[in-house]
Amino acid sequence: MMRIIGFCCERGPEEAVDLAGERGMRYQADVIFIKVPCAGRVDVVHLLRAFREGADAVLVIGCLEDNCHHVYGNLEARKKVERAKQILDEVGLGSSRLELFHVASNQPFRIPRLVAEMASRVEKLGPNPLAVKG
Amino acid sequence: MIIGEQKSLEEIAGMLEGQQRILVAGCRSCVAICLAGGEKEVAILAESLRLLSSLKGRGWEIEEATVERQCEKEWVAELSARIEGKGSVLSLACGVGAQTIQAMYPQVRVLPGLNTSNMGAPEEAGVFVERCGGCGDCVLHLTGGICPIARCAKSLLNGPCGGSQGGKCEVSPETPCAWEEIHRSLERLGRLDLLEEPIPPKNWLPSRDGGPRKMVRKEAVLTEEQKRSKGGKP
Repeated sequence: MMRIIGFCCERGPEEAVDLAGERGMRYQADVIFIKVPCAGRVDVVHLLRAFREGADAVLVIGCLEDNCHHVYGNLEARKKVERAKQILDEVGLGSSRLELFHVASNQPFRIPRLVAEMASRVEKLGPNPLAVKG
Repeated sequence: MIIGEQKSLEEIAGMLEGQQRILVAGCRSCVAICLAGGEKEVAILAESLRLLSSLKGRGWEIEEATVERQCEKEWVAELSARIEGKGSVLSLACGVGAQTIQAMYPQVRVLPGLNTSNMGAPEEAGVFVERCGGCGDCVLHLTGGICPIARCAKSLLNGPCGGSQGGKCEVSPETPCAWEEIHRSLERLGRLDLLEEPIPPKNWLPSRDGGPRKMVRKEAVLTEEQKRSKGGKP
């Protein structure tokens, strides 16, 4: 089963993930959500390391644009995701394995859709060659 | 400060061909300010190289270290334990830092991770511009504090060329004409009279034309006795 890592801002997206779980929504992949203080706190190094350790795809979920508790967190997240995407292309893994999304706390229904979107991208690209077997 | 720009991952990977144990060495001074070779950039490059190595089976063992100033022996001496056993050091400092490491650790191969570009300053967050040509014969007192050597594409000393249009340089519409800026600055200062005195042909010997430059501050040079008392350390 493909493995997806989701970095979630604790302000809104984490609530949405919790609600999705409480409502029994199912995912099309083995997903691990990691709570972070702000999407802007996710660093390029974190994103690259997730792939080196075998993630097939990584999504960063921040709050809705213009609704960041830290004002510029979303903008910072976008810059870092763009930089990491560039590196993923350079190493030949493919930038579409990584994406930034914006979700509000009352949008739990979007979480499985986003995971499905990333799963469909992985199906097109194939698994991460570094993925842990089994 | 010295402005540098990281080489492409492809070029860096090419230099590391055949290497195994590699230290990525950063510098917390100029290149950290211009976001090319500080601790953060070292971490990102090292992780990128680890990822590339895992994907392509290069077998690189990559460590990271960043010193305060890679151009000074005292700070570079801190790297000795980290360099032990490495085949190469990928320096993310300017060319001066890379050469300092090579001089102090002749047994390792030092590879430049940056292209050292110029002496400049941050204009705004993330934007760095060249400001000094290092000509060794400063004329800023005559030019309203604006360097015609670094900021004029032709390094003209007595007014703009015919390519100056609407305050911009013909080289690029984004580049201000240095002589337009000099004129405005002297106007603000009430010293347009300085423009009436021609600046004579420049002596380029204090610049690169005179070969590698060396400055000696006699008052700071240690006597033989002082060197001995410091245990031979500089």
